[in-house]
Amino acid sequence: MRGRQRIEWVIAGLFAVTALSGVVLLAVYILGGQTQVEGILLGVALGSLGLGVVLWAQELMDTPIVIEERHPATSSPAEAADFQAALTEEAGFTRRRMLVGMLLAAFAGLGAALAIPVLSLGPAPGREQFTTSWRKGSRLVLGDGTPIHAGDLPVDSLVTVFPDDAIGVTDSQTLLIRVPPELLRLDPARAAWAPGGYVAYSKICTHAGCPVGLFRATERKLICPCHQSTFDVLAGAAPVFGPAGRPLPQLPIHMEPDGTFVADGDFPEPVGPSFWNLTSGGAG
Amino acid sequence: MTAARDRAPTTGTEPALAPTELDRLVGWLDERTGFARLARTVLRKVFPDHWSFLLGEIALFCYVILVLTGVFLTFFFAADTRPVTYQGPYPPLKGADVSAAFDSVMRLSFEVRAGLLMRQIHHWTAVVFVAAIVVHVCRIFFTGAFRRPREINWLVGVGLLLLALVAGLTGYSLPDDLLSGTGLRITDAVVTSIPFIGPWLAYLIFGGEFPSTELIGRLYVFHIMLLPALMIGGITVHLLILWFQKHTQYPGGQGRLTARETNVIGRHFWPGQVFRSFGLFLLISAVLAVLGGMVQINPVWVYGPFVSSAVSSPAQPDWYLGWLEGLLRIGPSLEPTVFGVTIPSLFGPAIVIPTIVFGAFTLWPFIEARATRDHNDHQILQWPWQAPVRLGIGAAALTFFIVLTLAGGNDVLAVYLRVGVEDLTAAARILVIVLPVAVGLVAWRLGVERGRQVDRERTPLEELESGS
Repeated sequence: MRGRQRIEWVIAGLFAVTALSGVVLLAVYILGGQTQVEGILLGVALGSLGLGVVLWAQELMDTPIVIEERHPATSSPAEAADFQAALTEEAGFTRRRMLVGMLLAAFAGLGAALAIPVLSLGPAPGREQFTTSWRKGSRLVLGDGTPIHAGDLPVDSLVTVFPDDAIGVTDSQTLLIRVPPELLRLDPARAAWAPGGYVAYSKICTHAGCPVGLFRATERKLICPCHQSTFDVLAGAAPVFGPAGRPLPQLPIHMEPDGTFVADGDFPEPVGPSFWNLTSGGAG
Repeated sequence: MTAARDRAPTTGTEPALAPTELDRLVGWLDERTGFARLARTVLRKVFPDHWSFLLGEIALFCYVILVLTGVFLTFFFAADTRPVTYQGPYPPLKGADVSAAFDSVMRLSFEVRAGLLMRQIHHWTAVVFVAAIVVHVCRIFFTGAFRRPREINWLVGVGLLLLALVAGLTGYSLPDDLLSGTGLRITDAVVTSIPFIGPWLAYLIFGGEFPSTELIGRLYVFHIMLLPALMIGGITVHLLILWFQKHTQYPGGQGRLTARETNVIGRHFWPGQVFRSFGLFLLISAVLAVLGGMVQINPVWVYGPFVSSAVSSPAQPDWYLGWLEGLLRIGPSLEPTVFGVTIPSLFGPAIVIPTIVFGAFTLWPFIEARATRDHNDHQILQWPWQAPVRLGIGAAALTFFIVLTLAGGNDVLAVYLRVGVEDLTAAARILVIVLPVAVGLVAWRLGVERGRQVDRERTPLEELESGS
């Protein structure tokens, strides 16, 4: 009994701690609040209350171990038969097969009609998957709208550029990279797309769509920080490591007499994460 | 129904007391509703006493805390992607172009009193919530608690786990910060990668090409309405089935009582179980309150607002999606085009493998029943070593998830271990196959050995019993 009395005092003490820390928490809040102090006070209040309640249950309550019989879940045969009779016979389902069939057809038709508004949630994917804002004549500008000039960019460095009329547009973000021109190993058909060693690739990873933000200048490789897809800048941004399955599309560009860069058209392939009909050119 | 002592008045040794206010209230209600009969059954229900039965309760309590803190957050959050200029008290972002959603989270974190505490408790609780579910499901799996007649509740539980994962993803995407925006971008790419229907599906979910202005509003509806409603429905069914089927129990027994397929040994729901569970709820809340106050989580002001041409690095999702991130990182660079149909390199790692893994996990009770030809009811649990093949498969699956989760943080690990991230990826591609097989075989072997050892220890005893 003495032990029980001591435990009673301990529990009472714990409850007192809860009451006290609750009041202090209130005071802290009123005085302006402080996240860490509030968290600790709330933790102390809840914790000592919880400890008191558990101690009460463990030490002071008579909770004998008891035994209870289980009963099989299955219904008696008579109940099951009556249920089935109620389900089918009384409603006449078994006799009116045709009517039941039509009822199900009616539900199906109505269900389809009611499900259709789901399509309002989004437009059909159309040509926009295949195109960006780049057009013949788009000037390459920085995120603040200033055109980039040849010479602004040291060799083996890069900037993010946009078309001058679509600054900040997600699908048009492009990397302009300057590399030593003699090292480039582009497809011969695209040899003219790298004026003076400047190449422009889509910045959106063809794997999962993250911006390809890392450039390893010593190896001239672009690396996507999300899943480490690695693209060889010298070889037309072909994937050389990681999960990406196709190159970053290259933007055809030329240099104007004033040293700025202008696109000769949109990317020849869809930018960003691959999808099933990307080779259809948007026809399908 | 229950033992005779249930009906024995507890006041046996004391003189009968005069009716109290409580007695009168109970009488008044019972005369009108007959509720005492029902309440007695509830209070007198027998609960087996084992710590591992509390794991699911922890998940339940986390759900309650999530709803309570979540309701508070809804009063301040603006599900709106319209651009505004940040003018709050956090100096580094002063004057930055942010969305109204991000701005509201900043206000909640820096200006609303106790707002940061609530936000961090909410996030920590979500992290613990999924962890509790995962540990709970491991307990169910390794002890065979999913076996007939509890297959339905296994399915309900798997559904709840899936809902919890989606709730987590939609929740941490709401602040519209750079990290969560990256997660959404990947989600969009994953949906888009499904052949034939992918682009359509992605447009339906996201409301157009990524990043659409409708997205945050939609995620919000999912996160605070649809998912919690589905979850509370699922939890109700889960608990009702548990109630009617009664708990399983571990082999053996307690005291002189022997656990059998036909009985339940434990303590009454009231008062012991209710008090213990309530105490547990308070203790869990206490831990989460301290975590929320002391340990920073998801500091969106460090990541900054979402900008579609920027990315935060390193970028890891919350822990429970780490294995998917790992799958994406170690996926092969394979993108075949057959008859004009391209299979995106994302499709296999992000859709096919998770579908197979989650599908097998979902159907496990039926797979095991078919494989072992065991279609009997089981009320007594197994110790994990009593089903060594299951033990091996479970251990292999856990290893698979752990390797993938580590691969999902390969960039962080590479810095810690001072090795190239490429080497880690190459190693993970091998380990993700080899290690689960090895661990599974070892676990299976240990299970078999333990079974033999127990058999050896038990045999003489049983012979003694039958001989006497």
